[in-house]
Amino acid sequence: MSEYVLPPLLVAYPEIWLLAMACVVLVVDLYLPEALRRTVVYWLSLGTVGGCAVLTVIAVQATGGQPAHTFNDMFVADLMSHTLKFLSYVAVAACFVYSRRYLADRDMLRGEYFVLALFALLGMRVMISASHLLTLYLGLELMSLCLYSMVALNRDSGVATEAAMKYFVLGALASGVLLYGMSMLYGATGTLYLEEMAQLIAAGAANKVVLVFGLVFVVAGLAFKLGVVPFHMWIPDVYDGAPNAMTLLIGTAPKLAAFAMAMRLLVNGLAELAVDWQQMLLLMAVASMALGNFAAIAQSNIKRMLAYSTISHMGFMLLGLLAGVVGGNLLSAPNAWSAAMFYSIVYVLMSLGAFGMVLALSRSGFEADQIADYRGLNQRAPWLAFLMLLLMFSLAGIPPTVGFYAKLAVLDAAIKADQLWLAVFAVMMSLIGAFYYLRVVKVMYFDEPAAGVAPVEAGLDLRVVLSANGLAVLALGIVPGPLMALCLAAIQGVYPLGR
Amino acid sequence: MHAPWLSLSIWIPILAGLAAMATGGDRNAPVARAIALLGAVAGFLVTIPLYTGFDASTSAMQFVESAPWIPRFNVNYHLGVDGISVLFVLLNSFVTVLVVVAGWEVIRSRVSQYMAAFLIMSGLLNGVFSALDGALFYVFFESTLIPMYLVIGVWGGPNRVYAALKFFLFTLLGSLLLLVGFLYLYGKSGGSFAILDWHGVPLAREAQVALFLAFFAAFSVKVPMWPVHTWLPDAHVEAPTGGSAVLAAIMLKLGAYGFVRFSLPILPDASHVLSGFMIALSLVAVAYIGLVALVQEDMKKLIAYSSISHMGFVTLGFFIFNAYGVEGALVQMISHGFVSAALFLCVGVMYDRMHSRMISDYGGVVNTMPKFAAFMMLFAMANCGLPATSGFVGEFLVIMGAMKFNFWIAFIAATTLVFGAAYTLWMYKRVIFGPVANDHVAALEDINGREFAVLGLLAIAVLGMGLYPAPLTEVMHVSVENLLKHVAAGKL
Repeated sequence: MSEYVLPPLLVAYPEIWLLAMACVVLVVDLYLPEALRRTVVYWLSLGTVGGCAVLTVIAVQATGGQPAHTFNDMFVADLMSHTLKFLSYVAVAACFVYSRRYLADRDMLRGEYFVLALFALLGMRVMISASHLLTLYLGLELMSLCLYSMVALNRDSGVATEAAMKYFVLGALASGVLLYGMSMLYGATGTLYLEEMAQLIAAGAANKVVLVFGLVFVVAGLAFKLGVVPFHMWIPDVYDGAPNAMTLLIGTAPKLAAFAMAMRLLVNGLAELAVDWQQMLLLMAVASMALGNFAAIAQSNIKRMLAYSTISHMGFMLLGLLAGVVGGNLLSAPNAWSAAMFYSIVYVLMSLGAFGMVLALSRSGFEADQIADYRGLNQRAPWLAFLMLLLMFSLAGIPPTVGFYAKLAVLDAAIKADQLWLAVFAVMMSLIGAFYYLRVVKVMYFDEPAAGVAPVEAGLDLRVVLSANGLAVLALGIVPGPLMALCLAAIQGVYPLGR
Repeated sequence: MHAPWLSLSIWIPILAGLAAMATGGDRNAPVARAIALLGAVAGFLVTIPLYTGFDASTSAMQFVESAPWIPRFNVNYHLGVDGISVLFVLLNSFVTVLVVVAGWEVIRSRVSQYMAAFLIMSGLLNGVFSALDGALFYVFFESTLIPMYLVIGVWGGPNRVYAALKFFLFTLLGSLLLLVGFLYLYGKSGGSFAILDWHGVPLAREAQVALFLAFFAAFSVKVPMWPVHTWLPDAHVEAPTGGSAVLAAIMLKLGAYGFVRFSLPILPDASHVLSGFMIALSLVAVAYIGLVALVQEDMKKLIAYSSISHMGFVTLGFFIFNAYGVEGALVQMISHGFVSAALFLCVGVMYDRMHSRMISDYGGVVNTMPKFAAFMMLFAMANCGLPATSGFVGEFLVIMGAMKFNFWIAFIAATTLVFGAAYTLWMYKRVIFGPVANDHVAALEDINGREFAVLGLLAIAVLGMGLYPAPLTEVMHVSVENLLKHVAAGKL
């Protein structure tokens, strides 16, 4: 009997800490008196996320950003995972701050929310660090199950329950499809380790037909999680039906995890099949950009509008992923993939702010989810209107906001990949996108406020974080260099040039 | 080593604009106005060394500043001016001062935001004219849409929402294609965004033509050239006076500037191939739009069409490829900057009193506003291109250049002298002369000191340029010669 050796856990400390603390939050919530509960649990959760950030920084320093494996090589920590994890902490912490008042007003600020959110965060991070199909799937399911139940947290709301039901049924279906694809990959290669799978495929040891068959299912499952056409149906309904605070959580950090999942599966595992998945991504990207932008024009509900805008943005992001393959080889891939990573990060930052604004304007008994609710915001709350202006122009990709550089990087990748017409198509779609973002600005700045509108009630903590979020969109637009360089370094860590 | 005058001319107005915005509500409007004026004047003062320190004997870029900005894309914060661009930085900063003063008491709601929008726009426009890096240029070029969109939409007329959206989307359509073109050039040049590098990038004829059309999409909308001019009359009519003035005086110049800075030197062969097309569109603008202006009943619309017609002269001057044409076009751009701004401000003066822009509501204004009538006379004459006003110099040079190129082109171009005189003077006659038309006109008060100062400064500029244009043409001469040499050599 071999002796059990404790794996080097340092790089997994953030996850272990999070798991332990989520359990602590769960227990503490049970035993605290009602009066203290909300405050303690809130700060405990924020502290947990903060602790994760500290541990991640320690892990980065210990490894120097080099890839490190643990748990029998099923878990990898590299610069990409550190970066994405760090941003997911920021996103989830901001979600907590934005949602506090909203949830308290609706009697949903309970331990369940925080425990589920923390477990969802854990799931995302397991996905981000997965180097094994099982780890990936476990992380995905942990995240998804938490999110399903969070949508239904408000038990008495019919709309929310319906949204949760749709999300669950479709999500479970997609997970099944993904799992089926994974089983095909396993059948063809005989391994669940992504790196090993890549080596076996490169060596020609796997049946190409089975592989491509599995790939189709994997990509379909992935597309569902990203929410791109034709697997986008759940996005508008879930975004609209879920309570605003849950929409905020679903619409932000999970996109980072979904990007990581795409990188792990398609790049770490299946880079050899790049030419095959490029075609699929191409179709989905084109369809998403077109459908997302056209459908968003027709919306009068800002959550639905942002939902369709998500679809179009994810299509744009796919453009970066697929542009890594030029003429069947991957020589310039890190550039293109880092553009996609930059795009995902920027998108999360922008949607965090936009949904945060919906929460800032919501109050007890009022959801602020109609575009018309923003009428004359410039006169009611000029600073919030200015932040929303920045966010909308950033989503539309107008400089000097960071959304422009995200677009620039992706378009550059597309043009370098000889996809000139795709780039032209993409800019035409973003022109259509500009229309509905401008409409929000128009409503805020050009229209008079409706008579008798109650003043904005957002608390100081929310205002401070939202301001930081909005100004970050501007500041990163003025100095986008460091974040771009970080993304490039992160992707080169995953896929070194000239491998 | 020189002081970073260009950076100062960009950032002083922007920072002053942000400071003005920070004053908040209309209770602090006097503070916002004072900050805005201070920022605008300081922004103008720092551009004066650009002229006094300018070395007119070289076509090289001057006052160059360069610092790495986005290393991942090899984008630099690279500024500099040559004889072609330096004058626009001055013009823009000068017009900003006038616009701030012109909006002093007229704008009563959300004053801080109004002033902030104009100052930030001014800084961004200086950035467009001095950027030597394609990505930097694009960032400034497209950023200017945001303040202008807000200016039209917030302080504009009844149909402002439509006009603002049309303005934004028309311009964005063009500039997105420009972006694709820039990225293509970035790839072709081996990863450089420097405009001066792009001048030397070898490009095949087909690629040049495709790029020319992409650039054309952006710049022709901005100029605007017939037939993509339709956003301009809407935008001008709905925009507040200051917005119209900046739009006509500066923003339209961005398109023309784009043609000289990008299309001609980067795509010389395509410019030759498509010169017939460009000349034809320019002549349509000059002649046809001149006729359209004749039938307008709204003064602002009339001046808007007159702007399109005059800008047709500019594009004509660029695409006949001789020094008279190009210099004439550049002089025309500066002159039109002053004259169109002045005419819009004149309409603004009347509109503030009467709240109407319809020619039919006026008549006999000279009886109640003699000083104003005298100023407007001067600007109307300049708009017709009367000798001794700035309008004459540019048109004369362009027609001379056209004459060397082709008699009939010069002939059609010269019709503008007739049409221009017709629509301008006929409008002037109906508004200013004749018996007092109604009680409102009878109750008009003549211009106050503030308005006198604004119009007076413009009058000095218009007359000065008309009587002694040499300081302008000397500054641009070497740069234009160099440009033409480059265009003539081609890339094939």
